[in-house]
Amino acid sequence: MLENYFPVLVFILVGLGFGVAPVILGRVLAPYRPDGEKLSPYECGFEAFEDARMKFDVRYYLIAILFILFDLEIAFLFPWATVFQEFIAAGELAWFVFGSVMVFLAILVIGYIVEWKNGALDWE
Amino acid sequence: MNFVVPDFYPAAAEIFVAIMALVVMLASTFARGVRWLAYALTQFTLIAAAFVTIYTLKGDVSYTFSNLFIGDLLGDLLKLLIYFSMAIALLYGRGYLADRNIDKPEYYVLALLMTLGMMVMVTANHMLPLYIGLEMMSLGLYAMVAFDRDSARSTEAGMKYFVLGALASGLLLYGMSMIYGATGSLEFSGIANAVYHQAANKTVLLFGIVFLMAGISFKLGVVPFHMWVPDVYQGAPSAVTLIIATAPKLAAFAMAVRLLIWGLFDVAEQWQSMLMFVAVLSIILGNLAAIAQTNLKRMLAYSGISHMGFMLLGLLSGVVEGDRHYALNAYSSAMFYAVSYVIMSLASFGMIILLSRAGFEADSIDDFKGLNKRSPWFAAMMMFVMFSMAGIPFFIGFFAKLSVLQAVVAAGYLWIAIIAVVMSVIGAFYYLRVVKVMYFDPPVDPAPIHAPAELRVLLSANGLAIAALGLAPQALMSVCAYALLASL
Amino acid sequence: MTDMQKLYLVVPLAPLAGAILAGLFGKLIGRTGAHVATILGVAVAFIASIYIFRDVQAGNTFNGTVYTWMEAGGLSFEVGFMIDQLTVMMMLVVTFVSLMVHIYTIGYMHEDPGYQRFFSYISLFTFSMLMLVMSNNFLQLFFGWEAVGLVSYLLIGFWYERPTAIYANLKAFLVNRVGDFGFLLGIGLVAAYAGSLNYVEVFAQASDLATQEMAVTGWPLITAICICLFIGAMGKSAQVPLHVWLPDSMEGPTPISALIHAATMVTAGIFMVARMSPLFELSDVALSFVLVIGATTALFMGFLGIVQNDIKRVVAYSTLSQLGYMTVALGVSAYSAAVFHLMTHAFFKALLFLGAGSVIMGMHHDQDMRNMGGLWKYMPVTWITSLLGSLALIGFPFFSGFYSKDSIIEAVHASHIPGAGYALFCVMLGVFVTAFYSFRMYFLVFHGKERFGQAHHHDGEHHHDEHEEEDAHAGDHHHGLAPGQKPHESPWVVTVPLLLLAIPSVLIGFFTIEPMLFGSWFDGVIFVGDNHVGLEELAAHFHGPVAMALHGLQTAPFWLAMGGVVVAWFFYMVKPGIPAAIQRTFKPIHTLLENKYFFDRFNEIFFAGGARLLGKGLWKAGDQGLIDGIAINGTAKLVGWIAQMSRLFQTGHIYQYAFTMIIGVFILLTFWFNRG
Repeated sequence: MLENYFPVLVFILVGLGFGVAPVILGRVLAPYRPDGEKLSPYECGFEAFEDARMKFDVRYYLIAILFILFDLEIAFLFPWATVFQEFIAAGELAWFVFGSVMVFLAILVIGYIVEWKNGALDWE
Repeated sequence: MNFVVPDFYPAAAEIFVAIMALVVMLASTFARGVRWLAYALTQFTLIAAAFVTIYTLKGDVSYTFSNLFIGDLLGDLLKLLIYFSMAIALLYGRGYLADRNIDKPEYYVLALLMTLGMMVMVTANHMLPLYIGLEMMSLGLYAMVAFDRDSARSTEAGMKYFVLGALASGLLLYGMSMIYGATGSLEFSGIANAVYHQAANKTVLLFGIVFLMAGISFKLGVVPFHMWVPDVYQGAPSAVTLIIATAPKLAAFAMAVRLLIWGLFDVAEQWQSMLMFVAVLSIILGNLAAIAQTNLKRMLAYSGISHMGFMLLGLLSGVVEGDRHYALNAYSSAMFYAVSYVIMSLASFGMIILLSRAGFEADSIDDFKGLNKRSPWFAAMMMFVMFSMAGIPFFIGFFAKLSVLQAVVAAGYLWIAIIAVVMSVIGAFYYLRVVKVMYFDPPVDPAPIHAPAELRVLLSANGLAIAALGLAPQALMSVCAYALLASL
Repeated sequence: MTDMQKLYLVVPLAPLAGAILAGLFGKLIGRTGAHVATILGVAVAFIASIYIFRDVQAGNTFNGTVYTWMEAGGLSFEVGFMIDQLTVMMMLVVTFVSLMVHIYTIGYMHEDPGYQRFFSYISLFTFSMLMLVMSNNFLQLFFGWEAVGLVSYLLIGFWYERPTAIYANLKAFLVNRVGDFGFLLGIGLVAAYAGSLNYVEVFAQASDLATQEMAVTGWPLITAICICLFIGAMGKSAQVPLHVWLPDSMEGPTPISALIHAATMVTAGIFMVARMSPLFELSDVALSFVLVIGATTALFMGFLGIVQNDIKRVVAYSTLSQLGYMTVALGVSAYSAAVFHLMTHAFFKALLFLGAGSVIMGMHHDQDMRNMGGLWKYMPVTWITSLLGSLALIGFPFFSGFYSKDSIIEAVHASHIPGAGYALFCVMLGVFVTAFYSFRMYFLVFHGKERFGQAHHHDGEHHHDEHEEEDAHAGDHHHGLAPGQKPHESPWVVTVPLLLLAIPSVLIGFFTIEPMLFGSWFDGVIFVGDNHVGLEELAAHFHGPVAMALHGLQTAPFWLAMGGVVVAWFFYMVKPGIPAAIQRTFKPIHTLLENKYFFDRFNEIFFAGGARLLGKGLWKAGDQGLIDGIAINGTAKLVGWIAQMSRLFQTGHIYQYAFTMIIGVFILLTFWFNRG
């Protein structure tokens, strides 16, 4: 019963390791010459500690949304890819499965074309 | 692997509309100068989709896409009505949008995608497509409400609608997950099966039903999930209000029917009493609050709340102490009510659009003063609409109310029927007030009405239809009953 | 739908189309367009009716639903047609008289500004009347019933600028409401106990209904139904005491007096009772009631005809009296005789009215008979046709009226039902009275000294309303002949209908009595119970129309009629002083008659006054105090307050909206978990 969760434990440990190790390594190895820019939490974007109701450029959001959109597209491709393998192995319906993901991509491409053409990707 | 190639045939209309939405999107991108193109393509799509739906119409029930999709007469009929009301709404709104310089092609793309969302909703046999459809519809609507970006009211309304809509979606999803937890299925037949065999955990199930109810109620706009309705109706451009008040109500009806009747019929006693709560509150609050309004759109919003409450009365009278004898009658009366409401809504908001012009919104009751002097014909049309909404014989609204009340009385809820009638009488006051100012008050603005010919013709047809259907309601009633009978 | 069914639809719809054209597009199509459209519509209906008549003669009757309007609570509300011998006869009468009146109207109304409106109304009337007679169910019957009432109301008040016309149409409307109330109760009882509104279905249960008693009261059901229905008929067919509206309805233009208030609409009640014969036959009480009411109307309304000086009013009272005869026939189960008299009466009374109208035109809208006399020289066609009409009315042998009226008298004679003796007395004496007032009018108008063109003769004492009328429309109607002016014959559009109507007035009885009364024409349509005599005894003595007429010469009614004519001749031609002398001698009786038995005065004081008193009381105490004070203003204030309160919640703050939603979920959750 409990051994089923062993991978989870490994995952947690590895995750911790990945999180902690670079920080320690950085402390140990890197030269430490701080300045104002470097100490701020984010080097780009907004000031972290000021009025939350400030004005900012709406284009940030546009980019962010577009990013999420295409990010999700990739997220859909992963499960598809694993299943696709099985279809190829089974030797049937592979083209159908391939075609359906192409339709999915085509729809996204159309969206991409539209946003490009409408200038959503231009900063100025 | 148990994957089979889905049968695309029952979903032909959905696929067609999806493709056309992309086509309109591309066309509007590459031919931005051609202003009429998006509109024309959209209307073409809606009409062609109707033909596709009729062509693929089958009397029996078919499932496809691994049972995610159900093709039945109820869905087909509702889809046809959705195309119809969207086409009319877009036609009514076109001049209005052009006057305000917001007739962007995106508007029509949104309208088409929204239509697609509604189509998915009415043909969903599973919680997931239902939710996807709902979100497609809602996202389109959020954007459309805020379409007049320079108007503070419009953006405010869009914002409110979006935030509250997101909250409602959250509640709905939460409810769906509870149902899934209780029954182990997201498919309506699977849910029904689990409920029937009493395999579901009662507490979890009930929890889920409450949250589902919240989501459905929000979409229908009934008390206490109605708060967005007046603000959004008033804030949105009239052309968009027209859309919100019509086709989505049909889709929400379908959602309620699919979830509650297809999925949860065996616990009808539970959700019926919840519906009773929201329906009675809606009828009372909608009618009372409408009286205090001076803005016609706001008044119609409250009237819409009470109408939706009325419609729910039909849904809640189906099962009485385990006796399902009246179910079909009750549900078809609710459907008839929804359809009648859509027809009346089209005409009432159409009238507001008719009287509006560039830089002027005819959305105050005062703007209807003396309409009889300006245009006796349209004053008569508005009178038809108001009479019908008030439930005065012999307009369609009367028969809608009558059939619902018959169902309620047959189910033994006499007290609800009495409340509903009393509230309708109170409600008649604000409808008749509109008629009164049209006929007895001097016009504030004596300018004759300028409106495109197609709007005039169609609006007249709409008004006459309200009267004509009132004289011959039987056909529409039978169609509703037949569609439900063939699908249940 | 078969071709015949389509044709059935054409009959009512053609006049309706005409009415719509003339009514809504009257300005567009003009005067000529209006009369062409409506006449065409009615002519089509008439021709279709003839065709259907031939079809029915061949044995093809029809009973079926054309359109189901709605179904509610197990009752279906339908539009349906029942085409049988009775219906088709009524259709022919209605469309024929209507056609004549339409043509006549071209002449009569040609100066009137409301020309198109008038044509629209009379076509609408034709439609409504046809719907009434063709109906196969009570609902449509009621629709037609109310629709003809509505058109009658509109037409009586056609000259809506005259206060008297408005008064008269209001009166007609109110009195008819009383009748309709009974009628509606009757229909309600039928619907409640028989569970259907379809004639055939109801009749099939008639014997079953006859055994039932009404809930609570324990009254025999069938009697209650029949009396309620008959009260409706009393309103529409102007039977005592609901007759008071009919004489006043003469305020309307003369063509409609002929069409609506003589030939067709007022006979709807007779038609209805005949149609309902399977119900009425089962209740002797109801039949006796019918009989007594009819007999009273027949005689006492005839008396009133004697003292009238307005030509139209004489004909109006004569109509009342003749309607009484028909009702009497219904009471003695001689339904076919009633319908037969209805038909002959439709022709000769329409003729008399149109003749009177023609005289009125000739006299330039003077209706007072004392200003006429000797018109035969100037208006020959009107004179001859009026004479023929009068002879038909008094029942001179070989004329159509003779056959129908004599049959009724014989049927009364043969009947044993309670009240038959009284009825026989009334109808016999009625024959004399009829002959007397008819020929009084005839002599006063067409013969004797020419009294027109002199100072107008106004009856001084009691005719207030007529005075008002004259004052009121003195402005828009030239009234009477100027000194030296001569009356003139009317144009052909007026005289042709007179001639066409004269033909059936004279002949129709002779040719149709045999099939209608003694043949099998009404078999399966009109039902006579075994315990009622009906026309059986008559049939035994019937040896053809010629024999009947010859035999008629030796019977009492004929001599009574002749007596009436002679007395009239003597009084008004030979010794014109006698009437005045009698009037002086029998002052109280004359006063009684002049005041129409004080019915109006009684209604005015008792019903109208009582209603006003009651209304005032209710208004002060109930309306202003209770309803306005508490119910209306109180609830309105309450509702307004709640409405205002509900606005407070609608703050516009989004967090509040979201909060409300959460509260809603919370309420649902707690409540449904606590109830288990």
